[in-house]
Amino acid sequence: MSMTQPTKPGDGAGARMLAGAGWRWYEVLFWLAAIGLFFIFGDFIPGIPTRLMLLSEIISLGLLALSIDLVLGYAGVVTLGQGAFFGLGSYVAGIMAKAGMGAFPLSDPLIGLAAAAAVSGLAGFITSFLVLRGSDLTRLMVTLGVALILAELANQMRWLTGGADGLQGVIMGPVLGQWDFDLWGRTAYLYSLAVLFICFWISRRIVNSTFGLSLKAIKGNALRARAIGVPVNARLIAIYTIAAAIAGVAGALLAQTTQSASPDMIAFHRSADALLILVFGGAGYLYGGLIGAGLFRVMQDVIGGITLQYWQFWLGLVLVLLVLFVRGGVIGLLEGWRDRMTRKGDAP
Amino acid sequence: MLTILFDGVAYGMLLFVLAIGLCVTLGLMNFINLAHGAFAMAGGYLTIVMMNRHGISFYWGLPAAFLFSALLGVILERTLYVHLYTKSHLDQVLFSIGLVFMATAVVDYFMGANQQTINLPPSLEGRVTILGASIGVYRIFTIILCGLLTIGLQFVLSKTRFGSRLRAAVDDGRVARGMGIDVTKIFAITFAFGSGLAGLGGALSTGIISMDPTFPLKYMIYFLIVISVGGATTITGPFFASLLLGVADVAGKYYVPAVGGFIIYTIMVAVLILRPQGLFTKASR
Amino acid sequence: MSFVLETQGLCKSFGGIIATDNVSFQLPAGARHALIGPNGAGKTTFVNQLTGVLTPTSGKILFQGEDITGWSVRRRATAGIARTFQINQLFADLTPLESVVLAISERENAASEWFKPLGSRADIVDEACALLDTLGIGDVRESRVGALPYGKQRLLEIALALAAKPKLLLLDEPAAGVPESEREQILDVVARLPDSVALVLIEHDMHLVFRFAKTISVLVNGALFCEGTAEEIARDPRVRQVYLGEEDVGHG
Ligand SMILES: Nc1ncnc2c1ncn2[C@@H]1O[C@H](COP(=O)(O)OP(=O)(O)OP(=O)(O)O)[C@@H](O)[C@H]1O
Ligand SMILES: [Mg+2]
Repeated sequence: MSMTQPTKPGDGAGARMLAGAGWRWYEVLFWLAAIGLFFIFGDFIPGIPTRLMLLSEIISLGLLALSIDLVLGYAGVVTLGQGAFFGLGSYVAGIMAKAGMGAFPLSDPLIGLAAAAAVSGLAGFITSFLVLRGSDLTRLMVTLGVALILAELANQMRWLTGGADGLQGVIMGPVLGQWDFDLWGRTAYLYSLAVLFICFWISRRIVNSTFGLSLKAIKGNALRARAIGVPVNARLIAIYTIAAAIAGVAGALLAQTTQSASPDMIAFHRSADALLILVFGGAGYLYGGLIGAGLFRVMQDVIGGITLQYWQFWLGLVLVLLVLFVRGGVIGLLEGWRDRMTRKGDAP
Repeated sequence: MLTILFDGVAYGMLLFVLAIGLCVTLGLMNFINLAHGAFAMAGGYLTIVMMNRHGISFYWGLPAAFLFSALLGVILERTLYVHLYTKSHLDQVLFSIGLVFMATAVVDYFMGANQQTINLPPSLEGRVTILGASIGVYRIFTIILCGLLTIGLQFVLSKTRFGSRLRAAVDDGRVARGMGIDVTKIFAITFAFGSGLAGLGGALSTGIISMDPTFPLKYMIYFLIVISVGGATTITGPFFASLLLGVADVAGKYYVPAVGGFIIYTIMVAVLILRPQGLFTKASR
Repeated sequence: MSFVLETQGLCKSFGGIIATDNVSFQLPAGARHALIGPNGAGKTTFVNQLTGVLTPTSGKILFQGEDITGWSVRRRATAGIARTFQINQLFADLTPLESVVLAISERENAASEWFKPLGSRADIVDEACALLDTLGIGDVRESRVGALPYGKQRLLEIALALAAKPKLLLLDEPAAGVPESEREQILDVVARLPDSVALVLIEHDMHLVFRFAKTISVLVNGALFCEGTAEEIARDPRVRQVYLGEEDVGHG
């Protein structure tokens, strides 16, 4: 307990609030490490295998989990349908690039991203009205239902999506007209990382603003939020739309870097996986999804390499234990340790 | 035409027996148990093992499946599920999905990933012709058995002391507790019974739809549709919802196979938007 | 005479229960009014209709002469109706300062600002700190709300209502459950509110009611039983019988 009484109103409080939104040393470290991975796994050092394609995939998954964090971790809307926007984005980017046959403008990666964000954002805006009302269960069901319908649509519209076989012959143009996607995935990784960082930065501004505070308030107590004048519905629509656009970007990234789009990208398990990733990493921290995605894919490779069933079993077990014993996923664990350390340090 | 209707009704009634436990536990404790299908799978596989490996009659398989799943339900409820009633819906969803994954993996490990069916006893095989439509004997058996179960359930709920306590608890748990009703105990019993019914449903399913380790995940969506359309406050709601879903699904697959799941998902979303409390419930608030 | 608040034949029923029974009620500007009645009389239900949480079955609600019956909770809040809740409705994971900053930002239409970090509006932060100080909870403004003692949470309830600079403040048992030693503080806060705010206090503690209220309405079984000045109500034998007689007069 600090005993220092504030002397005059607002004494330093505003500055402390502003400081709360500043970048921490461990955040800088995180992004530096992400760049470092490029040099470690980018086939620059003999003997270390190239892993940039896997890392790009992790980025795409992490971005999807990040978008779920915005609606779930901050605004408290339970959703099982974020994968629909991801899949939509991947199909938009894939179909555009295929139609462009590698030429500007349709095959330009950034234009593809923008289109994917716009289409997914629009889909998010339209469906956001469905999640405004109702309990957690109805929200779960509605988001799941919308996702299933979209997946079914993608499956049925063979002429456009290639049906169950997926989209063949996607050819991407160079990034910014300069850098072609190469076999080692160097362009893919740096491109993905840059897009991730921009989306992350925007999300970070959002959650640290008054708007973000109002989302936390809605999650905490919607009744009270309304009573102090928060336009709850408008805020939920806004964040759901933004998150859908980001999910669309994530999907587009995957389609562009793998030069394909398939029903697998829009399937239900993608939503479920991303939700697990977020909860595993820690919801409500923004970094949870990114860290979770990394751990998830690495674990999947290690355990899934042995047998697929084992992987599912351990995944299930981790989930059950997580819910029973751990609050806030991996980041929550780390935070708990840090708090215990500082408390030990304070004790005489 | 009549054959499809009949098949649909049989399928729907089966869905009802499978899902009713979930509806009641949801209404009672506001608890989302996505792992409900795992109990059905347990019953289904028990029957398969009993019949195919030990040559025990199907008629013994049914009650055994019920008891086995009910026992499994009691154990899991007392050890694991009790810790979750006060947690958020998200936690409940994640926890029960985790259970589904584990159950799927375990069954896969011991039983293999392939689809398994049983050979029905001769008395349930074959078809009869009713009103010019050819109908499988097993379908009739399913309809009669599920029908009897439904009537029995309705009787227990409306006529017995346990039923009235259960209804009071579903209506308003706090008030019921205030009146001295032991909601926790009622819940444990209901959970076990619901799991048992799911197990029985799973055993019955082996004769109509085959069993494989993804059963809980595949049917989870059907159960959720039954609840969202039927509501979780009565048993007549889920009953009609199951019939509707069964007929729609069978007819849809027969007449417009291309559109597949599209129709039922769309119906579900539409119902959820227009009547979030369920199609067959009275609007109370 | 113009009223801040007026209801005309307000009715609300839940299934068979009539919780509000044809209530026609007027509240003049600057009122210090108490709404009393036995448990389950329908006081909270009445407030819930005034603030838009519940839709009346029939009847009209006028605020500053305007029909607001169909308005949303938020629209009423921005128009100047604020309330506290009988059971705390707070943001457990935020701090008191954040909660109040949000409330003020909404009032100032600054909360949809999504690109500026929290705290960049110094005027809002200062106002929030000042408000928390006047309520005597400035010392805990940066602690987690969920971890605050109950009495401080009750004060934060009032702070959140005041942050909107309301014209009408509805206090639903603000001191309920607060230990005797901390009651005084809450009373003080209520007593010091400016006259520009019309006040309606729901309270079971009769000492508190008579100390604070100039006028009183008694609600019984959802209907207005009688109305009058504090003295009239205190002397009214019927009120003693239906309400004061049953309840232990001024428990606590
Ligand atoms: N949402 C609801 N659904 C059904 N009945 C309700 C609901 N809310 C209140 N009631 C009923 O309406 C009546 C009035 O309740 P209310 O809470 O308004 O009383 P009150 O005067 O505030 O009581 P108290 O002094 O205990 O706070 C009670 O009989 C209550 O049971
Ligand atoms: Mg009340």
